[in-house]
Amino acid sequence: MFRQLKARFGSAIAMAVVGVLGVWLIAMVTLPQLQMIDYSFRPSLLPAEIGGPKDHWTLDNYVTLFNNEIHLAIFFKTLWSSVLVTLLTLCVSYPLAYFLAKVASPGQAALCLLLLVIPFWVNEILRTFAWFILLAYSGPLNELLLSMGLIERPIRYMSGDAGVLIGMVYAYILFMVFPLYNAIESLDGNQIRAARDLGAGSLRTHWRIVIPHAKPGIATGCIMTFMLAAGSYAVPALLGSPGSRWFTQIIYNWFFAGGDWNQGAAYAFMLLVLCIGFMSLVMRLFKVGLADIAK
Amino acid sequence: MSAQRLLDWGLRFYIGVFFVYLFLPLTIMAAATFNDSRFPTIVPWNGTTLKWFGELWADGGMWAALGNSLMVAGGVLCMAIPIGVASALFLTTVESRAKPFVYGLILSPLLTPGVIIGISTLIFWRQFDVSGGLFLTILGQTTFISAYVMLMVMARLQRFDRTLERAALDLGATPWQAFRRVLLPFLKPAILSAAVIAFLQSFENYNTSLFVVGYDTTLTVYIASKVRTGLTPAVNALGLLLILFTVILAIVYETKRRRELKPKGV
Repeated sequence: MFRQLKARFGSAIAMAVVGVLGVWLIAMVTLPQLQMIDYSFRPSLLPAEIGGPKDHWTLDNYVTLFNNEIHLAIFFKTLWSSVLVTLLTLCVSYPLAYFLAKVASPGQAALCLLLLVIPFWVNEILRTFAWFILLAYSGPLNELLLSMGLIERPIRYMSGDAGVLIGMVYAYILFMVFPLYNAIESLDGNQIRAARDLGAGSLRTHWRIVIPHAKPGIATGCIMTFMLAAGSYAVPALLGSPGSRWFTQIIYNWFFAGGDWNQGAAYAFMLLVLCIGFMSLVMRLFKVGLADIAK
Repeated sequence: MSAQRLLDWGLRFYIGVFFVYLFLPLTIMAAATFNDSRFPTIVPWNGTTLKWFGELWADGGMWAALGNSLMVAGGVLCMAIPIGVASALFLTTVESRAKPFVYGLILSPLLTPGVIIGISTLIFWRQFDVSGGLFLTILGQTTFISAYVMLMVMARLQRFDRTLERAALDLGATPWQAFRRVLLPFLKPAILSAAVIAFLQSFENYNTSLFVVGYDTTLTVYIASKVRTGLTPAVNALGLLLILFTVILAIVYETKRRRELKPKGV
């Protein structure tokens, strides 16, 4: 590997490339993750006890999670809600991506893409905060619905999971739209026309032509959205209530309220396993590889 | 055919609704800045005021947090740009059986939740007695922002014509000169765009920073804590200014990028 680099750039640059890359991948990407996993299998000890007889591998931290019904329930709620967010986002994004890629004129598409990108550049916290104002108990949305006579009493959006779901779909929608758009865009329009000429209806054309072609985009969008939703802290912290806690909030509490980092590491590792599991499942279902995702 | 028409109109209607959905919350948040009400809202409208900008200006905590965010972003740029460029050079030069593995490793921070990156950084540095603060925030953010830089530099590097490099070497340039005079100028636009994206990624980061920031405060952490405790429309004023800043940056960036994508002479 080094020989190829040296042949192209000379030994000084080749060494710098390997050095910089090595430090990043070893000291920043790999070792911290391994250390976190190692931490999760050790008991929480006083500094003096570290390295002593009590310092050995144990499954205690995981047993705590499986014995704590509340935490376990929050773990599964995070899983299901993230799946729900992913599916909702996919449904909302698909027509938009299709419109941008195949229906809109080039000018319209360029304008829409620019309009789409702008909120995407705005901070996640601010996008969530915007919904916090909109969904407030005596906020604009309730006022509007009351004045239209659609509801009789204001709704508490933020006391259940509804506010969190709405906020997440809004916050992560563009991570779905862009992969979908890129995938659908590369589909030859003649294929759609051919399907129509041969008598396929709109639904059938999408189901048999567009969606199969867009598979890598759908997979990428779903993986990114799920990962962001399951790992989100800002949205549930701002739009949720104590009754609708997210798994990340439990992890945070182990670190900064409970002071038990080993326990927190075990919970964090469970979250990581959840995301990796979802990713592998989607990659297998859609038969795509890592290279397709990076596009 | 008329069913098709109807469907097309339905789609267009949907797009319209979508863009309202996209912009309405941000517009309402911005509008609430100007309402003379202690709690940020637009109903009821108690009269128009600019006083929340004054409050924001007088808020020392906000300025300290802004300073921290800029410092962190600067640190991240200094580390993530070299790392990203080095990874892109590595991936486009080396052909080996280990390459898919290295590639997967390089991409892995993008597929890891931000909170996990923060947690693992915090735990890793504990053994060296480094606790949460701006330094760890820089390290934690660099871990995944480098991968974004890599993707952007790599996209341009793949279009590089390597015969140019060989020509420089044949004409007597040293490998360093060829790198410095041929490859680096070619990569410059990609490096600049990557720097803009890396800056914003760092400036806006919340999930990773939350775990490694310690007793320091970055601007996003500050905004989140303000929303939970001590929310006034001064937060909206800050939000409005940040949105204006990002929108201007986004428009400049996007128009510049489009111009580059267009073939020359057209």
